Amino acid sequence: MEVEQLQRSFIEYTSGLFREGFLDGQFSQLQMLQDETNPDFVFEVVSLFFEDSDRLLHDLSLALDQQNVDFKKIDAHVHQFKGSSSSIGAQRVKTACIAFRSFCEEQNVEGCLGCLQQVKQEYLLVKTKLEALLRLEQQIVAAGGAIPTLNEFS
Amino acid sequence: MKKGGRKISALVVDDDRVIRVVEEKLLVRFGLETKVAKNGKEALDLFVAGNTFDFVVMDMEMPVMDGPEATRALRARGVDCMIVGVTSRGDGPEKAEFEAAGLNCCWEKPLNAQIVGTILDKLAKKLS
Repeated sequence: MEVEQLQRSFIEYTSGLFREGFLDGQFSQLQMLQDETNPDFVFEVVSLFFEDSDRLLHDLSLALDQQNVDFKKIDAHVHQFKGSSSSIGAQRVKTACIAFRSFCEEQNVEGCLGCLQQVKQEYLLVKTKLEALLRLEQQIVAAGGAIPTLNEFS
Repeated sequence: MKKGGRKISALVVDDDRVIRVVEEKLLVRFGLETKVAKNGKEALDLFVAGNTFDFVVMDMEMPVMDGPEATRALRARGVDCMIVGVTSRGDGPEKAEFEAAGLNCCWEKPLNAQIVGTILDKLAKKLS
């Protein structure tokens, strides 16, 4: 594919992610922080986010599977997940975390289990979409093009 | 941004590594000399070891030593640099307690370029 076509796809795909609320302005901040001295910055941050999220979701599943659920521990995990998702702009994951925390406060196991499914689903969705976006980025770079700037979407 | 010929220095304190990486990069982009700490205890240890910073970005909820406790400990040691709290808790008694611990200001997470710009303006006034 030609570079211009890849760049167009990149812009269309990204603006779709903003429009559908998967990403918010914080993701544009990450893209603006990427420069020649650190061309893989977004990839690196997003990869760290995936690693930590996989671990957090695993810990959350275990913690909710206990006979006596430790809501304080669950709340701490969800709080962390909310913080990291908001710092990369994964808006729908962040929103799902907010609902999760209110069920934690109520000590509602059923509500928490429902929220865990919701958070997992939103996370897997945004993960798939970010992976596709990063692949497009790599294709543009491999074809010798520059990543289009996204300031207009923030 | 420079102060008397040297770079302005900052310390990022947060238990989440994704947040540390993003905040550190943001501050470096503004030309700041930046270090990171994983919790309030690590931050305090850096000061005890003789490090100084022009400002500290302090998370509120952290294991080992949280933001309010670390801020109180730093102020008790006579640390008078700018300490900026960041929290996702919104307005409430926890945030008020954090501010009362000795913050110069407190912002809602996540930190972004606009907030850093505002912090640096305040810092420039404080240093001038």
